[in-house]
Amino acid sequence: MSQPSDINIDYVANLARLALNPQEKEVFSRQLGDVLKYIEKLREVDVSQVEPTAHAFPVCNVWADDVPQAGLPVSEALRNAPEQRDDMIVVPVVVE
Amino acid sequence: MPSELIHKPAPELAAMLEAGQISAVELVRAFIERTRAVDGRVRAFNSFDEADAVAQAQASDARRAAGQERGPLDGIPVGCKDVIAVAGQPLTASSRMLKNFVSPYDATVTSRLKAAGAIPWGRLNLDEFAMGSSTENSAFHPTANPWDLARVPGGSSGGSAAAIAAGEAPLALGSDTGGSIRQPAGLCGIVGLKPTYGLVSRFGLIAFASSLDQIGPMAQTVEGAAMLLSAIAGYDPRDSTSCRTPVPDYRAELAQRRGPWRLGVPKEYFGAGLDAEVGEAVRKAIEFYQAAGCQIVDVSLPLAAEYAIATYYIIATAEASSNLARYDGIRYGHRSQEAADAVDLYFKSRAEGFGPEVKRRIILGTHVLSSGYYDAYYLRAQKVRTLIRREFLQAFESVDALLAPVSPTAAFRQGEKSSDPLAMYLSDIYTISLNLAGLPGISIPCGFTSAGLPVGLQIVGQPFREADLLAIARAYEANHSWSARHPSL
Repeated sequence: MSQPSDINIDYVANLARLALNPQEKEVFSRQLGDVLKYIEKLREVDVSQVEPTAHAFPVCNVWADDVPQAGLPVSEALRNAPEQRDDMIVVPVVVE
Repeated sequence: MPSELIHKPAPELAAMLEAGQISAVELVRAFIERTRAVDGRVRAFNSFDEADAVAQAQASDARRAAGQERGPLDGIPVGCKDVIAVAGQPLTASSRMLKNFVSPYDATVTSRLKAAGAIPWGRLNLDEFAMGSSTENSAFHPTANPWDLARVPGGSSGGSAAAIAAGEAPLALGSDTGGSIRQPAGLCGIVGLKPTYGLVSRFGLIAFASSLDQIGPMAQTVEGAAMLLSAIAGYDPRDSTSCRTPVPDYRAELAQRRGPWRLGVPKEYFGAGLDAEVGEAVRKAIEFYQAAGCQIVDVSLPLAAEYAIATYYIIATAEASSNLARYDGIRYGHRSQEAADAVDLYFKSRAEGFGPEVKRRIILGTHVLSSGYYDAYYLRAQKVRTLIRREFLQAFESVDALLAPVSPTAAFRQGEKSSDPLAMYLSDIYTISLNLAGLPGISIPCGFTSAGLPVGLQIVGQPFREADLLAIARAYEANHSWSARHPSL
């Protein structure tokens, strides 16, 4: 039976779209196993009657007036693109 | 003259500029000269743009010569942690992923700095994507502690803290997700303030954990931090978590608030793991407040002390794994040249662009959010977060602020904790719970160890009561001279 501190590194790395080499898998599995064991201590806390907190000071229903504003010019928006052509970002072929 | 200028507190420099005793160009040149002289050893900066800084200083001097309206920080250089956008300047997060990224726009804090006349100065080093407590996780180079170059400056805002301690900048901005302003401020012997969540806009800050991140001021003195906070705080429609709370002139408020205060001491923060010399320095600071007429109250924060780190490393990594999904090699950032197809491009660009600590946290965050684990980890952590926040707010029913250490030890040696992530995480034990509760906290110098390393006192304030927090810090500072000491470099 798997322990709570076991982490399926291949499965999780795939979800995270992150290529790991064998050494990274070995080291991260061990280190994160330690961290998960430590995190297990949260099971001691009774949270049955507690609402979750996503933000310390929740600000609800934040609306912005629908007013047109100047955005970044195309040249600025593409300034950091790894590859560009004709005001577009070049990506690897997706559909043959 | 430059050597006299570099360690002067920012308010004094502002007064000298105002009186025409020095020009902004002279001031900026003094910091450029100092940075050139010492940064080869301190390595606080990822980069700096001398021509840009001098041009801004000339503009400041021209405003003064023409009798134009000038801001409260006019002509003062302010170092910026390399996660805060300054238009036209590099924005790297100390990551290979963003090594060549140039910011197309200003963060809100940057435009506010410029409106106050300040000169954004240099790009300051950090742990990659602000993940770390030592600045050793920078993809470019570690930063040294100016008090002992073999030791870490803390992190993640280690470049900001080291630059001020070394006299390379009079003020700096950092960001704090779990202690990243307060801990390096403590380890470098300067002042660093994490504001209440929502007081300072996060627009233009590279996101790590959005419900915890706050930008804050770092300075030699409390008054300098107050000036810088006044410049950057306040509602911003471009950050939907920003609060519509009034922003006073924090520096002017210092003189209005004289105490005495009721100050709580959380007993759990003085237990096992706290270095004896650090504990002694903090206890002496508590005695000072008592002698000054403050009522010292024992309080208890058992949940925060026991569960904050576990809670934090679930919430922060979950949010980080989501925030860092944007780095896919497509629109900006590092793109792998080895990819076989579009999906492979994601995998390889991220593998090549991120360093080990960032990868570890993305993996952990993805794991705790993944199907079958979400309730057990993420949801449970959010509930414990509720309890930790409630515990602090209950303590504040009987006290104005809390006094505690910043970190369990003074600056540790480079390499000492870098192979043990959990040991590194535990060094944030006293700072991390404030981010979960959204509370403001300040680190001020309160002594030195026998080895000559600075010790920090942490003061924890009530939400949006930064004016009181700063006044409490100032009351201590006004009666001690720790900030007049400087490292010999």
